[in-house]
Amino acid sequence: MVAALAMPMEPRSPASTSAKASPAAPPAPQTLVDIEHVDFFYETTQALHDINLKIEAKKVTAFIGPSGCGKSTLLRCLNRMNDLIEGTRVARGTIKIHGVDIYQPDVDVIELRKRVGMVFQKSNPFPKSIYENITYGLRLQGMNDKEKLDAIVEKSLRGAALWDEVKDRLDASGLGLSGGQQQRLCIARAIAVEPEVILMDEPCSALDPVATAKVEELIQELRARFTIIIVTHNMQQAARCSDKTAFFYLGKLIEYADTRDIFTKPANAQTEAYVSGRFG
Amino acid sequence: MAAATHLFQSQPNAARRLERATFWLFRSATYFVLFCGLGIFGTIVFKGAGTVFKTEAPFINTAFLTEAPESLYVFEFEGKKYEMGDGAFRAFKEKHPEAAKVKSESYVYSAGGIWPCIVGTVLLVVGSMTIALALGVSAAVYLNEYARDGIFIRFIRLAILNLAGVPSIVFGLFGFGMFVIFFGWNVSLLAGWFTLAFMVLPVVITASEESLKAVPKGFREGSLALGATKWQTIWKNVLPYALPGILTSSILGIARVAGETAPIMFTAAYVVRDKLPWDVEKVSDFFFQGVMALPYHIYVVSSKIPQNDYTERVQYGTAFVFLLVVAVIAATSILLRNKLRNRYKW
Repeated sequence: MVAALAMPMEPRSPASTSAKASPAAPPAPQTLVDIEHVDFFYETTQALHDINLKIEAKKVTAFIGPSGCGKSTLLRCLNRMNDLIEGTRVARGTIKIHGVDIYQPDVDVIELRKRVGMVFQKSNPFPKSIYENITYGLRLQGMNDKEKLDAIVEKSLRGAALWDEVKDRLDASGLGLSGGQQQRLCIARAIAVEPEVILMDEPCSALDPVATAKVEELIQELRARFTIIIVTHNMQQAARCSDKTAFFYLGKLIEYADTRDIFTKPANAQTEAYVSGRFG
Repeated sequence: MAAATHLFQSQPNAARRLERATFWLFRSATYFVLFCGLGIFGTIVFKGAGTVFKTEAPFINTAFLTEAPESLYVFEFEGKKYEMGDGAFRAFKEKHPEAAKVKSESYVYSAGGIWPCIVGTVLLVVGSMTIALALGVSAAVYLNEYARDGIFIRFIRLAILNLAGVPSIVFGLFGFGMFVIFFGWNVSLLAGWFTLAFMVLPVVITASEESLKAVPKGFREGSLALGATKWQTIWKNVLPYALPGILTSSILGIARVAGETAPIMFTAAYVVRDKLPWDVEKVSDFFFQGVMALPYHIYVVSSKIPQNDYTERVQYGTAFVFLLVVAVIAATSILLRNKLRNRYKW
């Protein structure tokens, strides 16, 4: 019994969150999202094979890999966005956030998604004003206090490095912004509801290099407050802005390590081939 | 025969002749349709305008637009020829007792106006479109947003398509059996509303579904990812954007609802009723009263009473007003739709 309760001590696994950790020690990285033995199916096609991954709090974790490798699928499992697609299921394994299995039947998906926000590949500001875009999630929760909303709008837009560009036209449509601004608006909208985790599904794939640089800069600023998981096609992007990188190939997790290690001394030959640009 | 003067000189041949022939065939077919349409509208406007407008001030035949239908009496009195409605004729006889025995010809429904018909048609359109939109949009939301595709849902869609092909007289009979007799609503506004609503329901459902499908998936996902429930997402972030499309389709529905005679002739329409719909003792009576309606009035005055020059005036006048009423209702919906469309653009 004791053995079963003990945390598995893998070399790269972060220290346990157990209270026994000495208070004097520097804050050990905490596992926030714990993915164990996950198999995932679209109808009869298996998209994920036995994924094991521990994602640390307040870190940027990048998922890389060629198209169709399952990285987006895994990302969308984390806030159960895959529930929207008919015929999908997590066939085996568990995904725990704060130690709670998010696929157990009594989980309220709404509560989960409030804590696990998402930024999509294609920026999707609603055809409403910038102000209404930011306050959308808050109003859903019943917040109607104008002063509070104003404050959060400013804070979120500043947080998304967009405030100076839009402060004079908060009533203008979010769709009038440029592509990069739209994506930052979506990030501002996500952080307005104060999630713990922000999932980013190729947030820069439709942006030009300048806008991409801005979003990456923003990710650096956000890492102090949020746990960020970013799916990207762009290996340089993963190298630039993540702490940990997971490399996926054909639905399997090939390697997961510190970003520096993945790009400089990958343990796996496939990873090496991919990050050096020999395939993918 | 002149020789070719240059390399690309056009030469008559079979393909070229066929090309010209087909061009003229298609062109004349199009012009023929246009000509027919103009002919119909032209006749109605030309003949109807004579009834609705007058040559002297105030240029509009207010009696025709504001009074109920009456019998027309034509008689000669002291060498002069008079045409007057029932009420006026009686007043005339009181004023001139010697006219009591005058010989007059009477023409039913040829005097007075069509105000009760206008009111009835507007009420029928507004009520039935409200019901059709409420039911149709709900059904479309269910089919498009909630239901998972399966045999049952496919069967429902098939049923909706079939409903669209049912002749309107069958809807009339259905409404008569269901609402008028079985529910005991008698010939009433309510029975007419539901009958007409069911008739346009397939159009409204199909078009609403298309409009819902046209709303990008990103809006739904973005909203759900912020912790919205499905209904919150639909209400705040899908329906508002689908509404212009839904209204566009309902504009077509308006023209159908306003124009159909068959569904209302058993369920809602009276041949003649002087009392106006709001002239009721208690509010509930409002829903259980029959009304006059423009298309049914046209039917009555053109086929149920002896025909003559006087009834023709009423026929064309009613048809003209009918076109105007439909145009006004449709224009209002178009304006409303355009306003919504400008508000939500993506």
